[in-house]
Amino acid sequence: MQSLSPNLPPDVQREMLRRMLTIRRFEERASDDYAAGKIYGVVHCYIGEEAVAVGVCSALERTDRIISTHRGHGHCIAKGADLNRMMAELYGRQTGYCKGKGGSMHIADFAIGMLGANGIVAGGIAIVTGAGLAAQMEGKGGVAVSFFGDGASNAGPFHECLNIAATWKLPMLYVCENNMWAANTAAAATHAMPDVAGRAAGYGIPGVVVDGNDIFAVHQAARAAVERARAGLGPSLIECKTYRWRGHTERRGQADSRNPAEVASWKARDPIAQLERRLRDQGELDDAGLRGIEGEIRGAIEAACAFAEASPFPTPEQATDDVFAA
Amino acid sequence: MRELTYNEAALEAIAEEMRRDPKIFYMSTDALPPLLREFGAQRVRATPITEAALTGMSIGAAGCGFRPIVDWRQVTFCFVAMDQIVNQAAKIHYMFGGQVTFPILYRASVGGGGLVAAQHSQSPYSMFMNVAGLKMFLPSTPHDIKGLLKTAIRDNNPVISFESSRLMGRKGPVPEEDYTIPFGQADIKRAGTDVTVVALAWLVHEALASAEELDKEGISVEIVDPRTLVPLDRATIRNSVQKTGRLVIADEAGPTAGFSAEVAAVVTEDPATFARLQAPVKRVCALQVPIPYSPVLESAVFPDRNRIIAGIREVLDGRRSAAA
Repeated sequence: MQSLSPNLPPDVQREMLRRMLTIRRFEERASDDYAAGKIYGVVHCYIGEEAVAVGVCSALERTDRIISTHRGHGHCIAKGADLNRMMAELYGRQTGYCKGKGGSMHIADFAIGMLGANGIVAGGIAIVTGAGLAAQMEGKGGVAVSFFGDGASNAGPFHECLNIAATWKLPMLYVCENNMWAANTAAAATHAMPDVAGRAAGYGIPGVVVDGNDIFAVHQAARAAVERARAGLGPSLIECKTYRWRGHTERRGQADSRNPAEVASWKARDPIAQLERRLRDQGELDDAGLRGIEGEIRGAIEAACAFAEASPFPTPEQATDDVFAA
Repeated sequence: MRELTYNEAALEAIAEEMRRDPKIFYMSTDALPPLLREFGAQRVRATPITEAALTGMSIGAAGCGFRPIVDWRQVTFCFVAMDQIVNQAAKIHYMFGGQVTFPILYRASVGGGGLVAAQHSQSPYSMFMNVAGLKMFLPSTPHDIKGLLKTAIRDNNPVISFESSRLMGRKGPVPEEDYTIPFGQADIKRAGTDVTVVALAWLVHEALASAEELDKEGISVEIVDPRTLVPLDRATIRNSVQKTGRLVIADEAGPTAGFSAEVAAVVTEDPATFARLQAPVKRVCALQVPIPYSPVLESAVFPDRNRIIAGIREVLDGRRSAAA
């Protein structure tokens, strides 16, 4: 069932659409450029899950903290990262966010409240819980958000952090992006209970399941959890049921154990198409408006690729920079 | 000068730094009573037994401008946090291009002698030395632990303070006034001319006892205490060996890929030092076994002053036969 009317100004809704579309188009380009050999290593696409990052981050302030995952481009764009520096990082250039030290799994902009993007499943949950502790000690009403997948919910740090955050009433949102698959293993085969959110009961905190493809449902759940956290009432667990459209990584020829009919059924519930439809229903978007948004995004991504292409690679000597801070 | 124990000197360093900088806070599975009394439960946090979470949380808090101290208590308890230490704390500054700093102090006691068996008698610092992005030290005196802890707390990187459980109650002179000891600066605990002994922590004291004994025979032993493991003061070690021509390395850890192996490499890969070596390098280490419980077994495993003396005699053998 579709969420209730969001009571969000049309500009905010259109901005949500623009960010979701930016994530999708950015990753489509990243996938192409990966195939073309311009991007190295490994790329994990978030396509299909865009409503989670954008729905949650649109409930945050710039100063609120988040931590991302190996499937992290969406969180960066949703929090407001610069496409040029993101693409330059993917291209392995000096001008990238990490000066070419991180790559796709580790793009993060600390200036917009990101505390990294983690290549270890569940590796970031404790780090961002420390940001929640910092926010509590600062006493300025800040919150911190941990994005993680269904796979991470079975790892120790998830449970350790929920316990300590609940005990200390830390201003935290634990956002489980349940895309039903941990690499090529079905969540159904690895979870004792179907809903990750149910685990919140063990820590005495709110745990809700939302349709992760319905951006308004995600946003409303996030907003409620943020208000609760800012009020000093402690953490919440939000489980967003969603689906990744593409394989675990962009590596060609990799195994994908998923049933094509299952993939197709989720594509039919495209989070972007849903928001587009609802904006049209409200009379807040037409073909020309959509073309305008698409055009801006295309231009921004072209510019990002041009910026990356024109940027220098790091020098070999820079391999030894930044091991330690001064 | 007044005397403090190793443990008192460590606590004094932390308390003084916490008074100086309100961004410092302390997390441990037991709150240390003197710190708790002075700084309260907000800054001295008793935590669940959840070392992976604590270790990771310190990284996030540091990235937000705090200067956390995480007391793992015994090094053995940090192994459940290895992902947070190796994959996160050590790499986060480098991997994200140095965008912000992560000033964190981790504390861990090491070493044996307590008859508490394999899990509670470990000296695994070389495992951590092998990970780029971590600084670490292992002091031998109250004076050194206080000065090094202050440097660590003021450093903008993750630093591990390895602290010798055998030395906790040992007293020594500690100045009243504020001082720090720079990282990467070894201390010559005894000057000598015939042989260099590089030793850490408790074995510095055993080496000093060995040197006293050998002095009666006219053998002059120089004892170098590196104090900092990363960064390691290679120059002081090399200079000492260039002077004496002979090297014994004493370490409470096992030899395999250990601190002792690193020191041997530092000496032998340097052409100027290698050229002065008059005997093979000798390592006096624990046996490469898990540490056993029974007193007979435990003392069979650890090196001590007698083994250091035997090691010194071994590297001096060549000199004697050449002289004869």
